[in-house]
Amino acid sequence: MKIVQIDKEDWENGIKKLFEVYRLFAPVKEADFHNFKQIEAGQLPDLSCLNTRLSPKSIIYPQSEVMFKYSLDENEEDHHILKEVDKDYSPQAVIGIRPCDAKAFELVRLNFDSPDYKDPYWLNAYEATTLVGLACESPCSSCFCTTAGCGPYHAEALDLLLIDNGDQYWAKVISAKGEAFLAAAGWTVAVEEQTALKEIEVKKRAAEDKISAFVKTDKLREIETNDLYTAAFWEEVSFSCINCGTCTYVCPTCWCFDIQDENRGNRGCRMRNWDSCMYPLFTLHGSGHNPRGTQLHRVRQRFMHKLKYFVDKYDAGIQCVGCGRCIRLCPVNIDIRRVCGYMNSHVASADTCEV
Amino acid sequence: MLNPYLPYPVRIDNITVETEDKNLKTFRFVFINPQDEEKFSYRAGQFAELSVTGKGEIPIGIASSPTEKGFVMFTVNKVGLVSSYLHAMKEGDIMGVRGPLGNCYPWDQMEGKNIIIIGGGFAFTTLRSSIIYMLDPANRSKFKDIHVIYGARTPGMLLYWDELIEWEKRDDINMHITVDGTDDPNWKYNIGFVPTITEQKAPPGGEDSVAVVCGPPIMIKFTQPVLDKLGYSDDRIIMSLENRMKCGIGMCGRCNIGKEFVCKDGPVFTLEEINKTPREY
Ligand SMILES: Cc1cc2nc3c(=O)[nH]c(=O)nc-3n(C[C@H](O)[C@H](O)[C@H](O)COP(=O)(O)OP(=O)(O)OC[C@H]3O[C@@H](n4cnc5c(N)ncnc54)[C@H](O)[C@@H]3O)c2cc1C
Ligand code: SF4
Ligand code: SF4
Ligand code: FES
Repeated sequence: MKIVQIDKEDWENGIKKLFEVYRLFAPVKEADFHNFKQIEAGQLPDLSCLNTRLSPKSIIYPQSEVMFKYSLDENEEDHHILKEVDKDYSPQAVIGIRPCDAKAFELVRLNFDSPDYKDPYWLNAYEATTLVGLACESPCSSCFCTTAGCGPYHAEALDLLLIDNGDQYWAKVISAKGEAFLAAAGWTVAVEEQTALKEIEVKKRAAEDKISAFVKTDKLREIETNDLYTAAFWEEVSFSCINCGTCTYVCPTCWCFDIQDENRGNRGCRMRNWDSCMYPLFTLHGSGHNPRGTQLHRVRQRFMHKLKYFVDKYDAGIQCVGCGRCIRLCPVNIDIRRVCGYMNSHVASADTCEV
Repeated sequence: MLNPYLPYPVRIDNITVETEDKNLKTFRFVFINPQDEEKFSYRAGQFAELSVTGKGEIPIGIASSPTEKGFVMFTVNKVGLVSSYLHAMKEGDIMGVRGPLGNCYPWDQMEGKNIIIIGGGFAFTTLRSSIIYMLDPANRSKFKDIHVIYGARTPGMLLYWDELIEWEKRDDINMHITVDGTDDPNWKYNIGFVPTITEQKAPPGGEDSVAVVCGPPIMIKFTQPVLDKLGYSDDRIIMSLENRMKCGIGMCGRCNIGKEFVCKDGPVFTLEEINKTPREY
């Protein structure tokens, strides 16, 4: 595995060159937190943040996106016929993405890239994207990535992993896209691999040792769906949830969406917008019947999806990378680590939930 | 990359009011690009998203049969935003059809068997498709006895009346039409709820028989024990489910019952399969 050394002195210059090839996205400070934004020439990625408040998922999967356009004017040719819209799928790079957020794209891909159907919007954007990760040296207290199929130095889902090494970065090349990114920036000084890899291994272990939160997921597969579904703990778990949807919006692995037609005068667009299983409208039938009509149903759906249905469907672990955002931002302190614990240690009993 | 969200453009060719309350209309569409008809190759039991440009899409079971060529047909209940707008549209209007979506009835499992079809209310659409398909001269010999139990509140609420009467006259299909009640003194058919008529008229189950059940939840609830008693095992009871849908291709995340998506893994399931899920429908 090739490792390239980037002197921090050369950082600004390289970024400048990258603008010629890529649209660049990076953490930017907003008020007292950071978020991923497209940066402009002259701006630099702010790599000082632990992680961004919102996940970077919107770079590939915008919160609101035009799918088609149409005309409702009967005098126009092709009126009422949906037309594809032009999209910018030119190369883009995300600099400073954390390994967990990159891994989340791999999980979400399972949904959008199925053997039967391909979602062209998600896949085209994903293909156009180079993920330049930054290894975590001091993870937050709410991170539990190492037991959620990932870790502070997890490289597999990235194209390039940057490791802070004092007055330089080491860039571990993972894919051809990563290699091309380095070339575009003019960062080409390879370091002696074996020595660097050894040092990286030491740093990696030190970072992993700082992780203080864990989940156990080993039993999730074998416990029967309906035993988990009727478990009594859902009443306590869901009791305080206000169905605000924050957890799903900030989560890098949540992908649910709605489709809506929006008209202005005689023209319009078919849009897709993020949606959330936390909202009653998500499943409301036209007849008024709602199969997930209570807050308990909806909280249970979120956790059952992430920790049971996904696990059973894909055999690719849980649908969570342990970024901790939903834990940090839930207004009533609902904690997926605790719920995962309940689920993983559940024993079917006569004591079941009423709903 | 094929865009699975892009509907085929269609023209409304014909609109028929089906029921006395005028809440159900049958729409016949023709494809604006003739080659799209071939791409829209479907089997009985599948559904499609009807795309009303500027309003949105609704999932509707395909009521025409694959053996009927030159058009596709859907029967739509007037419910909310999109279906009400569609009811106000007229012949000649342009819209879209996206599909076919979902699985179909398990035709491989059903061939060589006695088939009993049980339908209630307006959930008879894909059952019509199935009956037309089975009665087609090329297919009829593939099935043994065919029984149909179909009920609605009143005679005027039964869908596809002319066809029902035609099937009544045939000797290769046993029709048991029923209504909850009627003040028509000339009503020649059954009076009673679907579960009761099933109990009286349905042939016993067994290795050789498959039941297909579509209807409102209350009908299904009371029909299930009857079929049980008649000897239909859960893997020989076939049902078509409904849930709110958007994408229809297993991506938007809303229509699941447990790990199964009603839109992609269904809408057709055996009762045995459904019993393994949390039944959130
Ligand atoms: C597989 C399948 C087959 C169906 N077949 C038929 C049929 O043959 N004839 C018929 O009249 N109806 C059928 N339905 C029900 C029909 O889809 C709803 O009545 C319809 O979507 C209501 O839409 P609306 O815009 O009028 O109502 P609104 O309440 O305004 O709904 C807004 C949107 O929510 C979604 N939605 C609401 N209710 C449902 C529902 N029950 N199922 C799915 N999506 C929903 C749709 O996207 C709809 O556009 C079927 C549903 C499914 C899932
Ligand atoms: S953030 Fe917390 S309160 Fe809001 S929907 Fe999620 S679990 Fe419920
Ligand atoms: S469920 Fe919570 S901890 Fe897991 S990936 Fe989503 S936001 Fe992060
Ligand atoms: S309708 Fe979108 S997942 Fe089934």
